[in-house]
Amino acid sequence: MEISQETHLDPVLASLPEWRESLKDLREMVLANTVMCGEIPSPTFEEENLVRFLCNRFTEAGLSSISTDEIGNAVAILPGSEGERSRNLLIVAHVDKIWETTDDHTVTVGAETLTGRGIADNALGAAVLITLPAILEHLGISLNSNLILLGATRSFGKGDLGGLRFFLENSQHHFDAALCLEGMQLERLSYSCLGMRRGEITIDLKSPAARHPGSAGAIAPLNHLVDKILAIERPERPLTEIRLGSVQAGSAYNVAPRSASLRFEVRSESGEIVAGITEQIEEIVDEISAGHEASADLQIIATREPGDIGFSHPLVKSTRTIMETLAIEPALDPSMSELAALLDRGIPALTTGLTRGENRHTSRETIEIAPLFSGLAQLVGVLVLLDKTLSPSPTTPDE
Amino acid sequence: MSKSAITPADRGHTTKIDKWLARNTFHHGEFWDLRKLVEEKEHKNLRISLCIPTLNEEKTIGKEIIIFKSELMDRYPLVDEIAVIDSGSTDKTQEIAASYGADVFFSGDILPSQGFKRGKGENLWKAIHQLEGDIICYVDADIKNIHPRFVTGLVAPLIHSDTMHYVKAFYDRPIAYSNELRPSGGGRVTEILVRPLFSLFFPELTALVQPLSGEYAVRREVLEQLPFPIGYGVETSHILDVYRHWGLDAFGQTDLDKRVHRNQTTRDLGKMSFGILQSFLNRVESYGMVDRLPEMSNLFRQFQAEGNRYQQTLKEIVEEERPPMATIPEYIEKMKKAGREVVPVTI
Repeated sequence: MEISQETHLDPVLASLPEWRESLKDLREMVLANTVMCGEIPSPTFEEENLVRFLCNRFTEAGLSSISTDEIGNAVAILPGSEGERSRNLLIVAHVDKIWETTDDHTVTVGAETLTGRGIADNALGAAVLITLPAILEHLGISLNSNLILLGATRSFGKGDLGGLRFFLENSQHHFDAALCLEGMQLERLSYSCLGMRRGEITIDLKSPAARHPGSAGAIAPLNHLVDKILAIERPERPLTEIRLGSVQAGSAYNVAPRSASLRFEVRSESGEIVAGITEQIEEIVDEISAGHEASADLQIIATREPGDIGFSHPLVKSTRTIMETLAIEPALDPSMSELAALLDRGIPALTTGLTRGENRHTSRETIEIAPLFSGLAQLVGVLVLLDKTLSPSPTTPDE
Repeated sequence: MSKSAITPADRGHTTKIDKWLARNTFHHGEFWDLRKLVEEKEHKNLRISLCIPTLNEEKTIGKEIIIFKSELMDRYPLVDEIAVIDSGSTDKTQEIAASYGADVFFSGDILPSQGFKRGKGENLWKAIHQLEGDIICYVDADIKNIHPRFVTGLVAPLIHSDTMHYVKAFYDRPIAYSNELRPSGGGRVTEILVRPLFSLFFPELTALVQPLSGEYAVRREVLEQLPFPIGYGVETSHILDVYRHWGLDAFGQTDLDKRVHRNQTTRDLGKMSFGILQSFLNRVESYGMVDRLPEMSNLFRQFQAEGNRYQQTLKEIVEEERPPMATIPEYIEKMKKAGREVVPVTI
């Protein structure tokens, strides 16, 4: 992928301030879509209602090939102007949220913010996905490439990027590049992903003696397990960490629990290190099971291989320049989300944020409205740039 | 001693209500095709105004304006103007509404020659003067789950039917909610006060599932003829006045599914009931019914929904009475034997 600064990037950079200003005309449309995407419950594996909403919006926008697949993804195509020669740009926003259907999904709209469960992760991403055709039309932009819009299901937890993986495995299209949309943070620029194993260890008491009054129940072996895991040696380079995300045990003050569980992630820039640490955790689990007190079971529920298109990749470099032109200081964070599945398949891809926000994954998750227009201008800039770069030109024969 | 059973008049009301329910009761899902609705509106050359009366609604007003403006003005030009008529909010209601593109008016600035009274009815009344629409749709500002259906479901019957003049919302599907939020259902004041009153004195009006709902769309020709109580009684008096002048067939009602809003305290509902009762009795007096009350019906009418079909449920409630014990011979005799003479008094 070559990006010529003079022929492609400069005109995009020059247009950014005007686009940012002009996109404010669509404020109510973007925010209304965000509110509606936010208020439709969409827990992982139960995304049907939000997917139906996305498909309705795709239909209203006059897109082609609107469909849902066996795994529930919402897909539509905004055809490019090059007909069969058009390249394919994939835009992905995951549509599942971490919240249950019974949680209150009400969104509150203030003068400068939107607040509600899942509003940043990822109601805003889904909303921008469905508003994108209107955004391009409003700016008078017609792409040479096909724009394939994907509302991906089964992203979180046990979903393990199932929606996007299924789509990539089964799609008839070759994707020349991809962008992943996340609600926040605006400064986010992810071009690499860490290797990762996400697992859950369940501990069950097996010894009758361990159940006697005064026993600490399953909490003691769980504590032992945690100590052992934290004692595993982790190198500073390549960057490696073990995240203990959740423990569950018991429900009362005075009853020792018979079972306990721990959810964790091992992350590293090195796939080998991830595999090595995971093996050590398996040994710890086996060791606990070999004792008299408790049995332990490890389930790996999600896997990522490390991937990277490189800091100096033309797409990354140009995106940084676009962000800097919009006075956005890029924060180069590795991603654990959709980007991993794309890089796995060798598709040049980025994840960008759309606005600033706070209280992620809480009931007070909040996004700011004003920075959103910079995020949208950035998205349009990267899209147009990709389109120009990938388009077959008369002097460059199509590959 | 039982009072009269079900009368021919009762049966007549039941038949009329059944027919009206079948013809004039809708579900918002029937009006999903906004493109078609806009075409019909334009064909009939109608203008539609949306009025949101407010007093300190900063938490919900922004979302209402965004949703209505995006969906019903920008995407589908069904609504020609969105106006917030405010009673003098001290929070950011006016600022937020204006920032998202609504026309914001302080009620006191409209028709200054008529003075300013603080109350929702005042805002609704002044909207008739301020707004331009042939149809005015009123939507309360405290709805947390706002959606375009809150407007489309109400204006669509008026666009499609020239004989309907006043379309009310109702919300029917009670489901479990947290303590803070609850669906309206029939509404406590409706079920405890208004429905019994209507069942007794205006049985046909019991066909309105939720007569007190704050969302309704009305033709200008009707609105301009109605007096407006300023406070809680505005919906009740509207219904009585429209019924008296235009009859039951002027009404329509649309099921808008769930409405989520802040729960009101029993104390507040008491105040509301007091205002409604005032309006009701004022109407009974002005209609000359005080010394000419109609025969009271024993039928109490409620409603149930089965899918999108709405049915009356009739319950005959006869309040039988026993006479004072002082008129019963056995009791008088017993007391006499005990050395005490009992004489009935006239009450």
